[in-house]
Amino acid sequence: MNLWQQAQFLLHISRTHGIMRRYFVVNGFDGALTMLGLIMGFQFSAPANLAVIINACLGAAIALGVSGISSAYVSESAERRRDLTHLEEAMATNLKHSAHGAAARWVPMLIALVNGSAPLVISLIILIPLGLAQAGMSLPLSPLLLAISIALILIFLLGVFLGRIAGISWLRSGVQTLLVALLTAALIYLFTAS
Amino acid sequence: MVTVKKIVLDVLKPHHPSALEFSLGIANQGPDYRVAITVLEVDENTESLQIIVEGSAIEFEAVQEAINALGGSLHSVDEVIVQSETTKT
Repeated sequence: MNLWQQAQFLLHISRTHGIMRRYFVVNGFDGALTMLGLIMGFQFSAPANLAVIINACLGAAIALGVSGISSAYVSESAERRRDLTHLEEAMATNLKHSAHGAAARWVPMLIALVNGSAPLVISLIILIPLGLAQAGMSLPLSPLLLAISIALILIFLLGVFLGRIAGISWLRSGVQTLLVALLTAALIYLFTAS
Repeated sequence: MVTVKKIVLDVLKPHHPSALEFSLGIANQGPDYRVAITVLEVDENTESLQIIVEGSAIEFEAVQEAINALGGSLHSVDEVIVQSETTKT
């Protein structure tokens, strides 16, 4: 079994595929909305240096990533240990060296990695126009507007992903998440564009 | 030389991996293993299995390790068929 198959097997026997998917969407959504909020805040404020904007957004993205990794690891470790103890009691045997023991050790790390990397990667994608503008590349729109557009597209795609999982209309699901993002944008505009 | 041709085992395992995955894991231990699993009893968290392994030369230790690695617990060896073969020198 290669590493990928091993990871799939451990997720399968611990029945944590769904949890990982949920963490990816929830924290990915968090990352996209946080970036959207930050960038809109800068958009409606007095013009700021691009380096300052990038650093502020990057700081938030890193914090989201670390928070995602640590919180998921702590909570999932406890859950997997609890499940393993429960199973060991039912089996009346020590499962430390079995696939279930391996799952209790490795699955929290896998979930933590997904939970932390989802907001970080999504945030970094949103920040690409800012980085390009900072590098001197000329863009067809303002880098902030482009970043906001990418954030809205990614939020829509997360909704599409959710729709496909649920087996419902991907368009409806995508539009639903997009509406949440637009509502957030409206609230930010209401409170910051004065 | 004495070789094990068939063993019948009583094993307790969690619901996951399934009996199919369990049998594949055991069959992987030898080149010509034939594995038959019967689920005898299903509990809230566990399943009792009768596992029949047949082959030209079964390595019991490897089978037991595979069962343990998959989260199973060997309760008893209920039947064994071994065969001695004379080797020409």
